[in-house]
Amino acid sequence: MDQVVLMQGNEACVEGAIAAGMRLFAGYPITPSTEIAELSAYRLPQVGGKFIQMEDEIASIACAIGGSVAGVKSMTATSGPGFSLKQENLGYACLAEIPLVVVDVQRMGPSTGMPTSPSQGDVMMARWGTHGDHPIIVISPSSVTEAYYQTIRAFNLSERYRTPVIFLMDEIIGHLREGMQMKEAEDITIVNRPTVQFPDPKRKPYHMNEKKGQMVPQMAPFGCGQRYNITGLIHDESGFPTNSTEEAEKLMYRLMHKISDNYKDIVRYEQVNMDDADVAIVCYGGTMRAAQTAMEMARAKGVRCGIFRPVTIWPFPERELTAALGGLKKIVVAEHNCGQIVLEVERLTRGACPVAFVGKYNGAVITPQEILQKVEEA
Amino acid sequence: MKVNTGDVNAASRTKQMSNLIYKYMRPEHLPQIWCPGCGNGIIMRDVAQAIENLGLSRNQTVIVSGIGCSSRAAGYMDFNTIHTTHGRAIAFATGIKLANPELEVIVIAGDGDISAIGGNHLIHAARRNIGLTVVVMNNSTYGMTGGQYSPTTPTNAYGTTAPYGNLDRSFDIAGLAYGAGASYAARGSAYHVQQTIGLIQDGIRNKGFSIIDVASICPTYYGRKNKKGDAVEMMKWQRDHGVTMEQAAKMDPEQLKDKLVIGLLHHAQYPEFTYKYDMLIKKLAEEREANE
Repeated sequence: MDQVVLMQGNEACVEGAIAAGMRLFAGYPITPSTEIAELSAYRLPQVGGKFIQMEDEIASIACAIGGSVAGVKSMTATSGPGFSLKQENLGYACLAEIPLVVVDVQRMGPSTGMPTSPSQGDVMMARWGTHGDHPIIVISPSSVTEAYYQTIRAFNLSERYRTPVIFLMDEIIGHLREGMQMKEAEDITIVNRPTVQFPDPKRKPYHMNEKKGQMVPQMAPFGCGQRYNITGLIHDESGFPTNSTEEAEKLMYRLMHKISDNYKDIVRYEQVNMDDADVAIVCYGGTMRAAQTAMEMARAKGVRCGIFRPVTIWPFPERELTAALGGLKKIVVAEHNCGQIVLEVERLTRGACPVAFVGKYNGAVITPQEILQKVEEA
Repeated sequence: MKVNTGDVNAASRTKQMSNLIYKYMRPEHLPQIWCPGCGNGIIMRDVAQAIENLGLSRNQTVIVSGIGCSSRAAGYMDFNTIHTTHGRAIAFATGIKLANPELEVIVIAGDGDISAIGGNHLIHAARRNIGLTVVVMNNSTYGMTGGQYSPTTPTNAYGTTAPYGNLDRSFDIAGLAYGAGASYAARGSAYHVQQTIGLIQDGIRNKGFSIIDVASICPTYYGRKNKKGDAVEMMKWQRDHGVTMEQAAKMDPEQLKDKLVIGLLHHAQYPEFTYKYDMLIKKLAEEREANE
């Protein structure tokens, strides 16, 4: 029987991670994500896993990548300043194709900012933070229940596509306590990385069976008997560095396409009352909660208002948003920053309908009234 | 290439060398990219010889490197190898060891890599006494970028970023790791091959954190900038200025000024980190069983 428990968003993230198979967590204390480290330290040894508090944020992500290379599902968690520090090794995991979940519980920035105040200012850093073109999957939950299940999904996607997944929470959800519905363990789907069945040192570690349309190479955990080389340099199928422009293009093309070609599997979104909507509120993460109330208030006043909420922020659910544009007279984007996702929405609407913006960047939360006001404005 | 050195054992040594190459290197990726006369190849060979002497399994051994000249060693060696980001080799290695303590994890790093950008990871891995063996190819310069001064460049020595001589003082990497809690710390040199192989072997055998700081030579940048002569001259300098820890103990600071002190600096037994963690997991499991 499903269980209802009172839980905090950060705690739900840890329980979801453990349910997904996380057995190594490497972290460094930072507000407002510290509870994730604290609960991991308590829970992991109980399930045969390991927690380590590293000397800094950079070491934390490096340690988690190392754990994944040795075959253990690994995670690290941080907030804005720490997320900035993790960017280089995040790119390493993208290029070397190491499954990994990185949690960023956003706080107000830039710099040390307001450590205990909510923000959604890291949306573009999550997409573009590490240097160079790179693929990325970013998921943002808007409830404690979603923090639990979407953490499981973050692990599953990271394993299936051998890529880091960023779990982009905000302080609102991270520190929110509410009741959540927990499924029995057997009702949860767990995905494990494609793994080499017959280790052979002669096998090319990044070999792809192109006839079968394979986009993700099978992984060999260190110690399994298939000795090979992992590098952050552009490499060919053998895993060794190359300066060949042809090989570089081939690798980059595959890295980008293993995500974009699997859009349907990766992208998740929620639509509320969009069928007859004239006005759509676009929001994500903790902002959803004010948007829900704003929508109800608008409906009570006779405004046909709906909500379009990306759960997967990157890749952005652009096909679905574009499809929803037809009947819309206006879009209101609400987010806790100076305007980040609104840029994406403007790009996609291409002037098809006006895009209004509700942004808050002073450490306070957006209120339903503030969204309602923009919904009602002609 | 066979070189007649007049040594009666030259032929057998050459044979031993090629055995090491075919057993522990990836011949298809040789020759290596290091400059002629670089000491790094000798140190890489020392690591391979230590592994051979200990009879380690290639499948169960991991070589982790960072960025810089030293980091290229990982690609040449036929083990589980990972070439990581600048300075972070020890942090990656920590994750690998934690995930699978059965693996023998060896880090090969340079002086800039391990004591400048990666200095924090070095001291904390030493403090934790996690079972890694770190072999430093210490050439006192940033070779890959063309000879800038590093944390081990002596005061007043020249580098491309020290055109008037280095104002900094230099690090003693083995001493630093010892001070931070490493259970094994030693110094070797590119010239003192047999001693260095023995030190690496003992370092690997030590269960906790081990560091072997090996003085390499960089005739291309450090040597040229500081008028140290060619590779042969630089090797002769190591030969003529190398003193053991025991000899050094009897010398005064003035005498030690131009000496290369090699040998075992520190070896003690402290509990290893992953062992302690496994004991914790076991204890919690037992408590749970007792309560059920």
